[in-house]
Amino acid sequence: MLLLIPLLPLVGFLVNATLGRRLSRSVSGGVATAAMLGSFAVSVAAFLQVLALPPGQLAISLTAFDWITAGEFNARFTLRLDPLSAVMILVVTGIGSLIHIYSTAYMHEERPSEFARYFSYLNLFAAFMLVLVLGSNFLVMFVGWEGVGLCSYLLIGFWYEKKSAGDAGKKAFIVNRVGDFAFVLGVLLLFVEFGTIEFHEIAREAGRLSPEAAFGTLSLATLLLFIGATGKSAQIPLFVWLPDAMEGPTPVSALIHAATMVTAGVYMIARNAVLFSVTPDTLAIVAVVGIATAFFAGTIGLVQNDIKRVLAYSTVSQLGYMFLALGVGAYGAAVFHLFTHAFFKALLFLGSGAVIHALGGEQDVRRMGGLRHELPITYWTFLIGAVAISGVPGFAGFFSKDEILFETLAAGHILLWLVGLLTALLTAVYMFRLVFLVFHGESRASSHGAVHDEGAGHAGHGTARHDAPPAMAFALVVLALGSVLVGYVGVAHALGGLDRIGTFLEPSFSVAAEAGGEIAEIDHEAERLELISTAISTVVAFSGIGLAVFFFLRRRDAAARMAERFAGLHRVLLNKYYVDEIYDVAILKPVAIVSEEGLWKRVDAQVIDGAVNGVGDLAGGLAMVLRRIQTGSVRAYASSLLLGVVVILGYYLWR
Amino acid sequence: MPSLNDYLLLSAILFAIGTAGVLIRRNLITILLSVEIMLNAVNLTFVAFGRELGAADGQVIVFFVMTVAAAEAAVGLAIVIALFRHRESLNPETFRTLRW
Repeated sequence: MLLLIPLLPLVGFLVNATLGRRLSRSVSGGVATAAMLGSFAVSVAAFLQVLALPPGQLAISLTAFDWITAGEFNARFTLRLDPLSAVMILVVTGIGSLIHIYSTAYMHEERPSEFARYFSYLNLFAAFMLVLVLGSNFLVMFVGWEGVGLCSYLLIGFWYEKKSAGDAGKKAFIVNRVGDFAFVLGVLLLFVEFGTIEFHEIAREAGRLSPEAAFGTLSLATLLLFIGATGKSAQIPLFVWLPDAMEGPTPVSALIHAATMVTAGVYMIARNAVLFSVTPDTLAIVAVVGIATAFFAGTIGLVQNDIKRVLAYSTVSQLGYMFLALGVGAYGAAVFHLFTHAFFKALLFLGSGAVIHALGGEQDVRRMGGLRHELPITYWTFLIGAVAISGVPGFAGFFSKDEILFETLAAGHILLWLVGLLTALLTAVYMFRLVFLVFHGESRASSHGAVHDEGAGHAGHGTARHDAPPAMAFALVVLALGSVLVGYVGVAHALGGLDRIGTFLEPSFSVAAEAGGEIAEIDHEAERLELISTAISTVVAFSGIGLAVFFFLRRRDAAARMAERFAGLHRVLLNKYYVDEIYDVAILKPVAIVSEEGLWKRVDAQVIDGAVNGVGDLAGGLAMVLRRIQTGSVRAYASSLLLGVVVILGYYLWR
Repeated sequence: MPSLNDYLLLSAILFAIGTAGVLIRRNLITILLSVEIMLNAVNLTFVAFGRELGAADGQVIVFFVMTVAAAEAAVGLAIVIALFRHRESLNPETFRTLRW
């Protein structure tokens, strides 16, 4: 049964990839969506099965086949479903299904063949993502890990006729390669250390080690794995690809670059919770990088003008929160935030997609405004998403983000907690800035109907704006409901809840507790602390919204004045701290120069070509000399024959 | 009764004469004759050794050599005639185009 989960989308991919050209839009969209829905149904069944497992048993696993056997190395293609991966497959197939449904409407103006290509990529992505989360060892995970990277590349560059889209795809692929390289090194190191790449075997072995014993090789291995995670999950220093990835179709941004693929890094670390717990040095780095990314991306999000880029930086920021949670050992909180974030961020992206769709491809918030009345469904659902991410009590983001902040405080990292609070404030401000700029105030759309090409197709809407069509509205409403409700699976004990998701997930991290890792224990003292932390972050969320109301609703001029007053800072933020430019000067240019001047013109043209041509020239030159021996004169030959005989005989006689 | 040494000396002299003839003479027919002298010098050695050691092997090989020499002379003369028809000359220095 487990095998069906990734297999169904794979079948959908094969159908659309091979027959797609001949299928009508409704058939190819239907096949893809049906594959996802089927996979979702199987996932739910599998989830229930995990829920019903007897307490002693951790996971159900299924070995499809022996994959690689070489000496001591043994990799089986095994899928393994434990609480952690059960949550992940629900997110991937559930949100995935909604986004497939949404896409049938959103991509409707594509040509049928393009439409089928889109859905084949989307299904392939889902298949790989499911392999990633179900894989029971690093190698199977790596198949999914690379596969989703490939699909991400294909989908970012879906409108490949547009240069910026192609470039963004390549950028995502190359930046991810850097991380993947570290990831592979980390896996190899782990194999050398433990002689296995199975997650649960590594956990069992690592659980016996003390942090002192693990320091050194294991620290390096986990650090390398984390670098891999920074690539996939867009953390400093490898986050630069994610904002550019917004060149892809919006549902893709929602599925891959918000809800699922970018959380792979978080998942990978949570999956190896035991291993990371014995290397506290790496965890400290994870926490610091996480919170730094969260804050850094939050500040950039504050001033960006492209609706999708704001959301992209917001995603980077929220992923930073998850890494903060991982770093302080609160794996459950990280996965919980991953879970809720998938809902509200997918919702926000799909909402922005509906706006872009309605405006015929316009993405600049400066040319939006006043859409509240024209797009009521989009407005209300988007608002719910914004409320959820800002951390207003009662909505999904509140519970998960709050738990992360509390765990940080409980682990004694006051500074990280403060920066986290500040980031929460930023989150509320930039999200409501977006809400107000897009949906409130006067319409600032240019009079001639704002026909921009967001790739193919969206032109031609002109002035007739329409709210989300049924398929899109359905996805929006379901996700909005989710954004309100899913938080309640993890209400903390301090708030009178049961923290169901935490309890459910705990077995996946449990060996960590035995190893005396940093899993935070909740006691009554902590509950009081949690209440205080909750109160503070609630205040922070509301003040963030208040700030946004003041600057972007009441006093637009105040925002402009602020930007003028801090013109330097504003410019730096608008240019994303010039990170792309710095990378360009520090890495790309030197690489280009070394490649061209050094590798091409020196090493290749002179050394390599020189060696090859040199051998040829040497043979030719030698031949020019030796050809003089062959005179054609028979008597000369006879003389040399005689000479040779005399020499040889002489040698033997006088030896 | 001449000793083995005398036969070998004579054979060496004949062989040297033949070799000198091959190298020095400028007539292809003479060169072929010189080659025959060299062959017979070798034959003489074989026979001399055969008698000295009291074995028939030497004589047997000589018969072989004579047969091969006859065949060689036939082929060699045929080539010489062909060459002569080609260039109207028997000087080996005329035929220097057999090279790269």
